[in-house]
Amino acid sequence: MFGYIVRRLMSAFLVVVLTSMFVFLLFFKGPSNPAQPLCDINGKCTPEKLELLTEQLGLNDSVVHQYVVYVGGFFHDRTISFGPKYHCDAPCFGISYRTRGEVTSELIDKFPATLSIALGGASIYLCLGVLLGTIAARKRGTVLDRSLVTFSVVVSAVPYYVIALMVWIYVSLQWKLIEDTSYHPITSDPIHWATGLALPWAVIGLTSSTAYARYSRGQMIETLGEDYVRTAVAKGVSERGVVVRHALRAAIVPIITIFGLDFAFLLTGTIFTEVIFQIDGVGKWAIQALRSPVDFPVVSATVLFGAIIIVLANLIVDLLYAVIDPRVRLS
Amino acid sequence: MTIAANPGAMEFGRPAAADDPFLVVENLTVQFPTHDGLVQAVTDLSYTVRSGQTLGIVGESGSGKSVSSMAVLGLHNPRSTRLAGSIRVGGTEVIGADAHTLRGLRGNEVAMIFQDPLTALHPFYSVGKQIGEAARMHNDISKAEARRRAIEMLDRVGIPQAKNRVDDFPHQFSGGMRQRAMIAMALVNNPQLLIADEPTTALDVTVQAQILDLLQDLQKEYGSAIVMITHDLGVIAEVADDVLVMYGGRAVETGSTKTILTLPEMPYTWGLLSSVPDISGDTSARLIPIPGTPPSLLNPPTGCAFHPRCRHVDKVPGDLCRSALPELGPTSQEGHLKRCHLINPDEIYLKEVLPEAAPELLDPETGELIPELQEQIDEIQGEKP
Repeated sequence: MFGYIVRRLMSAFLVVVLTSMFVFLLFFKGPSNPAQPLCDINGKCTPEKLELLTEQLGLNDSVVHQYVVYVGGFFHDRTISFGPKYHCDAPCFGISYRTRGEVTSELIDKFPATLSIALGGASIYLCLGVLLGTIAARKRGTVLDRSLVTFSVVVSAVPYYVIALMVWIYVSLQWKLIEDTSYHPITSDPIHWATGLALPWAVIGLTSSTAYARYSRGQMIETLGEDYVRTAVAKGVSERGVVVRHALRAAIVPIITIFGLDFAFLLTGTIFTEVIFQIDGVGKWAIQALRSPVDFPVVSATVLFGAIIIVLANLIVDLLYAVIDPRVRLS
Repeated sequence: MTIAANPGAMEFGRPAAADDPFLVVENLTVQFPTHDGLVQAVTDLSYTVRSGQTLGIVGESGSGKSVSSMAVLGLHNPRSTRLAGSIRVGGTEVIGADAHTLRGLRGNEVAMIFQDPLTALHPFYSVGKQIGEAARMHNDISKAEARRRAIEMLDRVGIPQAKNRVDDFPHQFSGGMRQRAMIAMALVNNPQLLIADEPTTALDVTVQAQILDLLQDLQKEYGSAIVMITHDLGVIAEVADDVLVMYGGRAVETGSTKTILTLPEMPYTWGLLSSVPDISGDTSARLIPIPGTPPSLLNPPTGCAFHPRCRHVDKVPGDLCRSALPELGPTSQEGHLKRCHLINPDEIYLKEVLPEAAPELLDPETGELIPELQEQIDEIQGEKP
């Protein structure tokens, strides 16, 4: 087991290193000159000004040298200059072209909002989805089951941003049920935190729960037909015990796997949600950075951050597997 | 066991007296409506089993053996199954019983051992926990007490170092140990009726013999009734007191094990016997398979369900085999019933079937039966009704 963890950690680390190379090449050695947007930001961009910025950013150095400098920033402080000199504390993802602030501290600033959205939304869709799926599987073939499946297909067919927009327009603007949909740190005002995020939670939770309901339904139908479930019935276990302790216990394993990755995906930024409900999270930050002139350090940081989150989630899911499936523990 | 020749004789719902059979199945019919039509899995099946006795149910796959015994525990989904008839376990009617009554029976008075212990045990719970759960379902005991009982049961069914193995998961057990664990789970509440659905099919022969011995020892100890479902006549010969042969969802022959194995009267039973290899016999002797395939339960053959595969149809006058379903009727021996139109089955069996299937049982020179067999047959035929 220990060896397994070490092997998984090493491969996760390798993936992060490769991703950092890829991100670096994509943004700093890609077809456009990273100095160009910086040059465009402040007034007219003259060839001389561009030349100066290119030199200051070190873009004329060798690729390897530039990469080492870039990665080095993750481990020690850097000084970055374009015009004035900026100090960047480790781990350094660069200095934002637009705000001239440290990207890392901006990320740390934005992340709690995204984390809050993800936690609430994911809890809702996991619980609701598994609950609906289990009920549908248990009542398979009945009107209840069919309407659940039909409803879930309809909801999945509507684009997410349409639902989110409609909810915001009606619930927030028109009916003024929850007018202030924005992020307030839980530490300063827990009630405001919950009410501000209630709509995003509900929208994410309800829309994604349909996919989980269908998936859990399929898994539950499969496990309810397993021999060990029949054994449990033959032992005299109550119907609820059979469904929850025996069938759901087995069905939940692949659901948890998918959930881990879905949750990680939410953490990398819930772009539509944050933009529509005006929440300052990682997603909104990233989409703003993409507006011309492109804020290269921010965009590259969000991509790399997303990759690290996904790799970590994969790692956690793999380790969790060993906890929830005893057959994995020993092999 | 006796087969109820007159099934209506017992009053419905009458409390069981001490000498009544523990399990009474009367006119059981199990049907599954499907998109293709009605699957007639079991039709008009009646049998009884007394405490301390073992009934062997034999038949091919799809003959209704498992379906009929799952009905005893009420394991069929009521939404997709049509059940008719009566099943009484210790006087309690199972068909149409509410969930509470069924739960009280399951794993308590009636326990079931399933065929494939790897798939029949939950992969995510330790063996001890699964055995303990069966105990906790019917007794108000603590988890520690349930665990203690699980260890005791594992020890009793012959798992070495039960104390250390109780927390193992099923995948850490070998096939034979898993089946022992399954038996331990079934026996933890001292059931009065044990239904073993092909308990040794997934096991190798040496383990098979151990498991059968174990079941017999436990039966002696607890005096439970056992229904042993199998397609293996070797298993029947070893453990069963009585045999019920099923074909196409119906009982086709029934009687004491000795009678059925020595002087069967139904051509399907002859076929089963002829297709059993005999390790002590001549290696050049041929195994005679039953031609054809099991009948469709959607569109069962007219008349006798076995007629399309029966070699003796011509010996019945008229077209009776094709047109009329034979009754499960009496034979020349007490307690031996057969569902066949043949008039002189004993003669056909001894003159035609036996010489071909088991030439070693005949004297090579005279063509007469060997004395031991003749003695047995005389003994059976002596039991005139």
